[in-house]
Amino acid sequence: MTRDEIILAVKDIITTIAPDEDLDGLNNTDPLRDQIELDSMDFLDIVMELRKRYGVQVPEEEYGVLNTLDGCADYLLPKLEGQELKMVNA
Amino acid sequence: MSNARYDTIIIGAGMSGLAAGIRLAQYDQRVLILEKHYLWGGLNSFYKRAGRRFDVGLHALTNYVPKGTKGAPLSKLLRQLRLRHDDLELAPQSYSEIAFPGTKLRFSNDFELFRSEVHERFPHQIEAFERLVAELDAYDMFSPPDTDISAREVLKDFISEPLLVEMLLCPLCYYGSAREGDVDWYQFAILFKSLFNEGFARPEGGIKPLLDLLIKRFAELGGELRMRTGVDAIVHKDGECQGVRLADGTELEANCVLSSAGWAETMRMTGDELYDTHVNEEEIGKLSFIETIFVMDKTPAQLGHDTTIVFFNDSTEFDYQRPKTLIDPRSGVICCPNNYQAKTPLKDGLYRVTTLANYDRWKELSPEAYSEAKLQSVEAALQTAAPFSFDPRPHEIERDCFTPLTVERFTGKMAGAVYGASRKRLDGRTPLENLHIIGTDQGLLGVTGSMLSGISIANRYALVPN
Ligand SMILES: Cc1cc2nc3c(=O)[nH]c(=O)nc-3n(C[C@H](O)[C@H](O)[C@H](O)COP(=O)(O)OP(=O)(O)OC[C@H]3O[C@@H](n4cnc5c(N)ncnc54)[C@H](O)[C@@H]3O)c2cc1C
Repeated sequence: MTRDEIILAVKDIITTIAPDEDLDGLNNTDPLRDQIELDSMDFLDIVMELRKRYGVQVPEEEYGVLNTLDGCADYLLPKLEGQELKMVNA
Repeated sequence: MSNARYDTIIIGAGMSGLAAGIRLAQYDQRVLILEKHYLWGGLNSFYKRAGRRFDVGLHALTNYVPKGTKGAPLSKLLRQLRLRHDDLELAPQSYSEIAFPGTKLRFSNDFELFRSEVHERFPHQIEAFERLVAELDAYDMFSPPDTDISAREVLKDFISEPLLVEMLLCPLCYYGSAREGDVDWYQFAILFKSLFNEGFARPEGGIKPLLDLLIKRFAELGGELRMRTGVDAIVHKDGECQGVRLADGTELEANCVLSSAGWAETMRMTGDELYDTHVNEEEIGKLSFIETIFVMDKTPAQLGHDTTIVFFNDSTEFDYQRPKTLIDPRSGVICCPNNYQAKTPLKDGLYRVTTLANYDRWKELSPEAYSEAKLQSVEAALQTAAPFSFDPRPHEIERDCFTPLTVERFTGKMAGAVYGASRKRLDGRTPLENLHIIGTDQGLLGVTGSMLSGISIANRYALVPN
């Protein structure tokens, strides 16, 4: 997956977890928590969905890297190499 | 042991067990829920009698917030279970009240009503009340609370009018205190928010559609539910829980076991050694209730009563104790399910009245004396309840009554203790690795609370294997 695809993948996961949030205006640099309503339970779900959909493991100490969309892309880029984007909420 | 190992086994298909089950099945765990009764729901179940369906628990779903409210417990719950607010078909209350002789405080799903009622009835306590509200607003629900603080004591620091203290304690004790004469301060903070800042609603059609939704979701996610399958023992070795043994001797292995049976009840399943070391029998819940449901040929509104729930007390002091006699009719709760703003009005008029009851006194009765005691207890409860509402008896089509023994029979809660042990286990831990407590004795109560309990303990210990 490319960086852009990873950002799409993460947004798709957020849509599954928080279907009522409007993700259109999300930027890649500010903390997600400041832009939409996400609590620690939701971050756990992002991690769990990443594992379910792409088999990536994110250890608890590293949850912090998922704070921003850019952070997600940087962290996941090497881990998702060669994988196809799977959109659940097309 | 059999070779079919589960990721997680959950004891009990009550609200907490079902919610935990959905969470885990959502992430492809192999989950099994074991329930000893033939119906699910636990304290919030339903049954049929003479062609009518009765709800067991459910007076009100607390923590009601409208669709789209951010960050509220109900919103978190929905999100975690991937349910939509609309799926619950919640009908909000009209208004409810705390009624003491000569003084009433009404409240609704808009906090301003309660605030203005307190200001009006207790003009000398306005500042004190506002300071209390601010303190509760700022209360951090997520930091580990000190469980030994008495709400009664804290309230006295804020409010100098004893009647207002009693009136605040009455509904909060009735809707979730496992402690006699009081509520833990952290519970008070949770309950105050869930009753007054948020509010009450009722799922259209009562508890059954909500339970159906949970059961269906759990099944769709591949979860396995076995009814009439009681757990006899928790199997463990070297301080580690390994699974459960069923009444028929079958052993089932699991990486993790979550139990909603209660603290003492769960420790009993681990054997005498852990029970004796970890159960203080003083802490087994003492508070139980008796409830009578009247089906009427008129609706409460037709009889001039449009309040959803009335928390009543017949004097200026509220005494929340296990009574010395069968029941204590001096205080209680009246619920009229017709008085929710439902899309489809209920067919029959319903009137439910609940008061405190003493399990031991009921337990010692012979079968004939038991039926007679029910009749007399209802008469006594209505003597105090009717003046705060109306008398349902002239309009009675049918009635049903459950006692502390009924609660014990159908939920296995020792002494019929609806709100469980007086000491809660907020971290969900037990002396065994991989065995955790969910629901009532973990510390979150009620429909919304127990579901959140199941979710948060499942998230913490069962979802991500350590
Ligand atoms: C009369 C009454 C009115 C209520 N009104 C309201 C209300 O209006 N609003 C509200 O929010 N809450 C209300 N409640 C409280 C609410 O019902 C409970 O707090 C909540 O349902 C507790 O859920 P739980 O999952 O913790 O426990 P439970 O519902 O007790 O679930 C435990 C389950 O475990 C099963 N079990 C126990 N032991 C075993 C075993 N060994 N093997 C297999 N299964 C086992 C039991 O059969 C039971 O189904 C009311 C309760 C009562 C009794």
